[in-house]
Amino acid sequence: MRILTGNDLKTGAVIWWTGRDWSLHVEDAADVGEHGEAVLAAEDGARRVNGGYIVDAEATPDGPRPAHIKDRIRALGPTVRPDLTLKPADPTAGDWVI
Amino acid sequence: MYRYDQYDQAMVDARVEEFRDQTRRRIAGDINDDQFKPLRLKNGLYLQLHAYMLRVAIPYGTLNSVQMRKLAHIARTYDRGYGHFTTRQNLQYHWIKLEQAPDILAELATVEMHAIQTSGESIRNISADQYAGAAADEICDPRPWAELLRQATTFHPEFSYLPRKFKIAVISSKEDRAALRWHDCALRIVRNEAGEEGFEVYAGGGMGRTPFIAFPIRDFCPANQIFSYLQAILRVWNLHARRDNIHKQRMKILVHELGEEEFRRQVEEEFQTFLALGTDFPQAEYDRIAAYFTPPPFETGLSEEIDRSDPEFALWVDRQTVRHKAPGYAIANISLKPVGGIGGDVTAEQMEVVADLAERYSFDDVRVTHAQNLVLPHVRKQDLYAVWGALAAAGLADANLDLVTDVIACPGLDYCTLANARSIPVAQKIQQRFADMDRQLDIGELKVKISGCINACGHHHAGQIGILGVDRKGTENYQLLLGGSGAEDTSQAKITGPGFDEDGVVDAVERTVERYRELREPGERFLDTYRRVGLDPFKEAIYG
Amino acid sequence: MGNFRYRDDQPHEEPAVTLDAFLEQPDATAVRLEAGEDARQLIPHLDRLQLIEVSFPRFRDGRGFSSARILREAGYKGELRAEGDVLIDLLFFMRRCGFDSFASQHSLNPVDVEAALNRYSNVYQDATDEAVPIWKLRHG
Repeated sequence: MRILTGNDLKTGAVIWWTGRDWSLHVEDAADVGEHGEAVLAAEDGARRVNGGYIVDAEATPDGPRPAHIKDRIRALGPTVRPDLTLKPADPTAGDWVI
Repeated sequence: MYRYDQYDQAMVDARVEEFRDQTRRRIAGDINDDQFKPLRLKNGLYLQLHAYMLRVAIPYGTLNSVQMRKLAHIARTYDRGYGHFTTRQNLQYHWIKLEQAPDILAELATVEMHAIQTSGESIRNISADQYAGAAADEICDPRPWAELLRQATTFHPEFSYLPRKFKIAVISSKEDRAALRWHDCALRIVRNEAGEEGFEVYAGGGMGRTPFIAFPIRDFCPANQIFSYLQAILRVWNLHARRDNIHKQRMKILVHELGEEEFRRQVEEEFQTFLALGTDFPQAEYDRIAAYFTPPPFETGLSEEIDRSDPEFALWVDRQTVRHKAPGYAIANISLKPVGGIGGDVTAEQMEVVADLAERYSFDDVRVTHAQNLVLPHVRKQDLYAVWGALAAAGLADANLDLVTDVIACPGLDYCTLANARSIPVAQKIQQRFADMDRQLDIGELKVKISGCINACGHHHAGQIGILGVDRKGTENYQLLLGGSGAEDTSQAKITGPGFDEDGVVDAVERTVERYRELREPGERFLDTYRRVGLDPFKEAIYG
Repeated sequence: MGNFRYRDDQPHEEPAVTLDAFLEQPDATAVRLEAGEDARQLIPHLDRLQLIEVSFPRFRDGRGFSSARILREAGYKGELRAEGDVLIDLLFFMRRCGFDSFASQHSLNPVDVEAALNRYSNVYQDATDEAVPIWKLRHG
């Protein structure tokens, strides 16, 4: 599957395209198929996303898992600071990245 | 240290308002990111992996306690409670919001700080010897010149849209603590036979994907002509650098393509042009700036004695303190490399501890080093025990300066959008592997430097042991390099061979170290042994 | 609109020709300098020049700043125009390098232009304009 990520223009937060809106959680990301470029152009024009790009991902029971480690680190947070990730209470969250 | 007058203050205040306006135009949609990017980069604002990142300039690595407390305040108020000291003596915040960035710059301006030209294709913040004004081996304090050049190169109209970034370093001793010749323009203050002060000038250095060590372009440039000479270098590069391939636009590439002789000839011609224009700052302005850097009122008659009865303290003194030019004083290095920590990261609370110590024990002076450590430059020997105690209570008393656990590492893939691999976990594993203090001391000086991509922010080309993270079909892979130096014996590290995974590269480092221990002769550092025996014995140890 | 002119004389009407054409036409009075072309080739001809247009093909390409200074330093007094990808945030630097007219491919808001040109009341260093550097103000 193909999903979209970028950063929120004002806050810089990593965001994922849900099909209608942007979410902080990669689990909410929607498969955009061949429409990624069109969505990004519209969303960039509307200044709802900054630096958006298309990510290859694998559909899993827990939601989309980006194919590249960089995007998995984007999705979770720095592996060396679990306390600053989106899942600070989950000691095994980092395993998902590696 | 230097203090702003109304002109300096007006300059940074205007800059804050300019950036506020630029940010407003971006958020309102008047300009797109392609147009905004160079503007935000000139204010040190990047879009990184998780958020915006703000790089704050610390001119020539010098801070006072008020500034350090402001950095702590910003970390706590606008970021996530910490900051990261970089290999360019700057500080980065990794979790910044664009809409708050103008307010942060306004906060910085209240303590005479800014983020001007900390990124982008501009003349970057000027670095200097972290022991300036304290080192026993310096000719003079290099910081007045660094400050003069800071002003001269701030918003320089001709050189604000350069082909690429341009980094300047200034030192004034034979010993090089600033990785001098890895800069685009490297200045070493010297005296000529007539006793006049001037600069030995090197040009065309830089790391990145095509590393070059700066070549000696001029043996002696009279001190009061250095701005002309610098502008001459910049103009030759600005006019003739390629503009079609961002990877080939650094000055080092032009120097390489033109050849050193031809580059020097063109610079000399342009130098005459600038001398005739008379743009150099007058002696009176140098004197005005230098007056801010007169030595603090060192006490005389102080004891040289240090009570070494506490063995941990004695170890710290031996490792972290350096001879000061004033009797009874020492230069105290603060390690930001606790085993298993994140090199260069400092919490707001730790910043405040350091600020307090600087104010109380070091004439209100803190330095940042290119090795991502801090320095209290002027501590009475009799106060060292108290300083050490306070540092220990804050988790800042590691005694590993220049040892194998004093690893330089860029933020890597954990934070950086350019990175191909993580750097920090590799640094942590090396630290853990060599955590035993006796083993570290037995190994002696060993500078390990790790970059998460070829941009080389972790200075791997200058590592006695360098590690470069690469992306190998979507997985992290690490190349090992040996024999680099960022000191006065500058050299470029060489790749040993095929890369490794994370654990594999740590094993390879250990095999390298063990081979060194077998081969070394009395008194030899790792680098000395490497230079004597060459790469082959190490390759054999690493790859079998 | 993207055209701004900071001169009192009448705009020069003759079209700017390429550098090569200019060097071959002894009566040409206006020339267009592309990024990367050597401004010093014009120095022997400054007396007959009334307009030099310096191209900025991309705003990141800052070669034109050096070209402008070289021309002014050599004594050129005619119109010096920055043409192309000229953005608001470049104008202050361009004025300091001696440009006195702009032909931007973008539509620039005159209010923003004025604000950008007047943002900084002082400058740290000499350039090719009348601004007095701060060090001179400090020492009277």
